[in-house]
Amino acid sequence: MTETTQAEISAEIEAEAQAYAARPAGAPAETTTRRGWGAYRSSVLRVPSNDPHPVDPEGVELWAPCFGQRDVDPLEADLTIQGRGEPLGERIVVTGRVLDGDGRPVRGQLVEVWQANASGRYVHQRDQHPAPLDPHFTGTGRCLTDDDGTYRFTTVKPGPYPWRNHRNAWRPAHVHFSLFGTDFTQRLVTQMYFPGDPLMGLDPIATAVVDPAARARMVATYDHDLTEPEWATGYRWDVVLTGSHRTPREDDLAAALGEEA
Amino acid sequence: MSDLPPTPGQTVGPFFHDALPWTGDAALVPPGRADAVRLHGVVRDGAGDPVPDALVELWQAGQDGRVVQRPGSLHRDGHTFTGFGRCATDRAGSYSFTTVLPGAHAEGAAPFVSLTVFARGLLHRLLTRAYLPVGLGGTAEALAADPLLAGLDPGRRATLVCEVDDDGGGAGGQALRRDLVLQGPGETVWLTYPRLPHGG
Ligand SMILES: [Fe+2]
Repeated sequence: MTETTQAEISAEIEAEAQAYAARPAGAPAETTTRRGWGAYRSSVLRVPSNDPHPVDPEGVELWAPCFGQRDVDPLEADLTIQGRGEPLGERIVVTGRVLDGDGRPVRGQLVEVWQANASGRYVHQRDQHPAPLDPHFTGTGRCLTDDDGTYRFTTVKPGPYPWRNHRNAWRPAHVHFSLFGTDFTQRLVTQMYFPGDPLMGLDPIATAVVDPAARARMVATYDHDLTEPEWATGYRWDVVLTGSHRTPREDDLAAALGEEA
Repeated sequence: MSDLPPTPGQTVGPFFHDALPWTGDAALVPPGRADAVRLHGVVRDGAGDPVPDALVELWQAGQDGRVVQRPGSLHRDGHTFTGFGRCATDRAGSYSFTTVLPGAHAEGAAPFVSLTVFARGLLHRLLTRAYLPVGLGGTAEALAADPLLAGLDPGRRATLVCEVDDDGGGAGGQALRRDLVLQGPGETVWLTYPRLPHGG
C-alpha cells in the first residue's frame, strides 16, 4: 500500500476549504470543529455516524465539578521546576482568561495542560519520535483560574513533532488544554497553537476547524507586555466556552447542597 | 444570549496519560464501602474493536439526587464524595468506576450519570447519559416517563440505559454495565444541548 502524501492530504484540506468558502450567501459561519474529517485518518472509525441528539440539560448536567486548593498545588502551574534542573528550550509564559459565551469569567476552575518538550518529544511511553527526552521536563501542569477567570503557566515552547497520519506528517507546535466551565455541557479539550506556525495549514487536526476565524481562535498571541526581562517571552490565549444554561448566582452553592427549599 | 464565539475543540490525542489521569481517579468511593457500586464497560469503534486510548469522565449527583459542589476529586480523602471521576481505558478498551447510585434530580425523574468520552480520532468530546436500570436504582415508570428516552426509538434508547451484570466483585455483587460505542451498529446516543448558542 502506498502511503498517503502530504500533497494528497493538503488537496483534501483545500477542497473542503474551497467548498466552505463557496457556501451560499447567508449560510452561517462554522464556529467549531467538524465532527467528521477524513484527512485525520484516525477519525474515520471513531467519529459517530449519527448527529448528536438534542436534549435539554437536566440535573447534574447544569453543574460542573468543583475543584479547590486541595486539588491543585500552585507550583503545578510552573512546568519548568518539576525536575532537578532547568528544562531546555525557550522559557515562555502562557496566560489568558477562561470565559463563558456571555463573557463571564469562569472562576476557580481547573485548567490542565500537557505538551511535548522543546525537541517535540513527549515523556509518554507510546511516543517513539527519536528526539531527546528532557530529564527536567514532564510537560504536564495544572492550575485554578482566579476571580478574573485568569490562568497562567510557565513552561517551555514545545517543538513540532512527526506522527503517522500520512507520510511526512508533522504536528504544529501546540499545548493541549483541558477546561471546565460552570455546566458540564461546556467541557472542552482543545489545543493552543503558536502564531505564524507554517505547519498549521498542513495539519489535519487544526484544519478540521474549517472557518479561518474559528481556527484563529486556537492561536495564541505574542504579547510583549507579558514578556519578562531576562526571563521568558509571553503568550496570551483566552478560551471561550459555550454559553452557560444557568446564570450563576451567589446562592449557587447553597442550592447545590440542597439547603434551599 | 451569548455573543462570544467559542474556542473550537481539538482531539485529546494519544499522549494525555501523564496529564489527565491521577491515582484514585476512578474510585469516587472506596471499593470496599457497603454501598459502593461498579459502573463499567468497553469503548468500541466503528469496526467493533476496543478503543484502548480513550478517556471516560463521570459526573453525577449524590445518593440523595443533589448535585455535589465539593472539591477534592484529585486528592480524595476517602470520605468526601465529589461526584466526579476519570478513567482511561485499558488495553482491552475497558473502563471501570467505583461509585454510588445517584438519586433522581427531581421527583419521579429517572436517575442518570453524565459521561464524557475523549479519544485520539475524536475531534471533539462526546457527551452521553447512563441511566440506572430497573433493579439497580431505576424504575420502569421513571424510565418510561423520561423525555429523552421517550423521544428515541427502542433500539437506540437501549444504548442509554445501563445493564445489570454480576461483575461487581464480592459475593455476587451486581454492577452497572454500559458499553460506549463511538460509531456504527449499536452506536451510543451522543447528546448535544441546543439551547447553547453554539451547540453542546
Ligand atoms: Fe500533542
